Amino acid sequence: MTDVRPFLKNYDGPPVRLMEVCGTHTAAISKNGIARMLSPAIRLISGPGCPVCVTVTAYIDRLVELSLRPGTVVLTFGDLMRVPGGRMSLNDAKAAGGNVRMVYSPMDALRLAESDPKNTYVFAAVGFETTSAVYAALLEDAESERIGNLKLLTSLKIMPPVIDWVCRNQGGVDGFIAPGHVSVITGCKIYQPLAERYGIPFVVAGFEGGQLLDAIYALVKLRGRPRVMNLYPSAVRENGNEEARRAIRRYFEPCAAAWRGMGTIPGSGLMLRKEYSRFDAGSAGLDEDCNFSPGCLCAKVLTGAISPADCPRFGRLCTPQTPQGACMVSQEGSCYNYYISGRGSK
Amino acid sequence: MKITMAHGSGGESTSELIADIFEKSFNDPVLSKMEDSAVLPGAGRIAVTTDSFVVTPLFFPGGDIGRLCVCGTVNDLLMSGADPEYLTCGFILEEGADTEDLRKIAVSMSRTAREAGVRIVAGDTKVVEGSGGVYINTAGVGFVPDGINVGASNCREGDAVLLSGSLGDHHAAILSKRMGIENTIVSDCAPLVGMVDAMKRSGVRIHAMRDVTRGGLATILNEFASAAVCRIGLDESKIPVSPQVRGFCGILGLDPLDMGNEGKMVAVVAPEDAERAVGCMRKSRYGENAAVIGRVEAEGESAVLLKTPIGGTRVVGPLYGEGLPRIC
Repeated sequence: MTDVRPFLKNYDGPPVRLMEVCGTHTAAISKNGIARMLSPAIRLISGPGCPVCVTVTAYIDRLVELSLRPGTVVLTFGDLMRVPGGRMSLNDAKAAGGNVRMVYSPMDALRLAESDPKNTYVFAAVGFETTSAVYAALLEDAESERIGNLKLLTSLKIMPPVIDWVCRNQGGVDGFIAPGHVSVITGCKIYQPLAERYGIPFVVAGFEGGQLLDAIYALVKLRGRPRVMNLYPSAVRENGNEEARRAIRRYFEPCAAAWRGMGTIPGSGLMLRKEYSRFDAGSAGLDEDCNFSPGCLCAKVLTGAISPADCPRFGRLCTPQTPQGACMVSQEGSCYNYYISGRGSK
Repeated sequence: MKITMAHGSGGESTSELIADIFEKSFNDPVLSKMEDSAVLPGAGRIAVTTDSFVVTPLFFPGGDIGRLCVCGTVNDLLMSGADPEYLTCGFILEEGADTEDLRKIAVSMSRTAREAGVRIVAGDTKVVEGSGGVYINTAGVGFVPDGINVGASNCREGDAVLLSGSLGDHHAAILSKRMGIENTIVSDCAPLVGMVDAMKRSGVRIHAMRDVTRGGLATILNEFASAAVCRIGLDESKIPVSPQVRGFCGILGLDPLDMGNEGKMVAVVAPEDAERAVGCMRKSRYGENAAVIGRVEAEGESAVLLKTPIGGTRVVGPLYGEGLPRIC
């Protein structure tokens, strides 16, 4: 295997802007200190692939409202706890007496709901294709075990439509590091139409530092060519995981979804099918999104139009201690990762 | 503002809460140094510290709340350069707590105190309504020998940064038990008397010491960098993490640098003494994986930088929030 590091450091060809769509990639790039290993002509930008970051405030507000309702317990992954809503975060709601429990796996929800039939448990179901498959498995178990007091508040999203949105509305992206976990479910062939439509390469990568460097190298080399390359064959297959997709289709159907900073994108979300509406905690119509402070540039950061450090709030008004938007809260958020790994400063 | 769980994380929110409420209210120059114990004048120099233990579960692979509450306080005394001598303990028991469990905890405390060479000399018990929880506060007193002057602000350019063993074991063991994940990870909960004594006896010039507890190595080194206004450079490939803990962190999206231990310490020592100090650690119980993990590279700026195994560099910030697992 050739050492791609000297090439990436000394590259002086035409400038390249590459987008990593997946939040886990954003975190891995920071953790490995990759940004500083690249020539100034290679720019990495973070895309809208952190599920917490693209969640609109109406969704948080609804969770807060549910948590404060007697007889209802909201279950969530930790990342969502500190995300500011229109009025307060779930953390604030919990301190104000709201019923919010942090769980590590959606499957914990089953045990909690089963052991406490008097209360209704609402799982904050955010995520992309990967997590949607887990929610489908959860619903399968809830059905077979006849657990009636478990519901989902869904804000589920799918990846290709938002990548299309970025290419169409934002432009200026010369290649994508395609998400590793999502591709396990979807397979890597779903990027081929996008590659052809926009004449750019997609490289599917895992999360090791070396593999990310290889992906960046491949994207620079493939610049301007509509190719899809899979550097993560140990986990990602051409056709993905059909069984998981079948489970997702059984419970969910495509819908328009609201993305923080991007508005509503047709066909970019998943909602519970009508026949399973008994599992729905009121997920429809949660489209409203507000800025938490004037001048907040979350929208531009999430779509890769600007780097986190270009936002005037970054590192000053907006820090992990005083987050103004979800991207500074989530461990996979671009602003959080830029801040903690010093990518914003030289 | 309401107290949230982040205020108990050991990270930045904890520091802010302490600075904002307790430091301001108590307003004592020794307390304000925020070292692991207060070192006071008197008959010689006395180190005093206190800590509360609220861990669940009470019993976990590699230890229990009893061993933990002795180790935690003993280690805090050691980190101030003191020889630990006395402990007090206050129990807050919730109605419904089991006396057999309590006996096991007390026996474990006594055994650990003997191992650490300290006496438990005072105690108190309160019971409150609840559902069987057990909480313990311990306070400790130790004496600081002449010639020992340990403090975060003493880090100097060129100093070596030592870590006594692998990161994250205690944190990962507790989380695994709580989440019902079966693995072989065992808490590293241990008193560090042996290795600190060995370093002191062999004349190692220790400039700063901390035991790596909540907030993790990242938070401690940031505190050092702030207090001494210095830049600390770490080599990630030198930082010991067991394969099991690394795997566990990978699955949950945790960073070993943020994870808590209960039997590991970091020491900043004079450069000429680095090898000798590592030798002392490695020869002592609980220190066989000790290593030099970095250097104080410069004075005049506060930063912690990490060289990654693939040759990148990143800034290491303190722990923010609760150090929570990622979600996808």
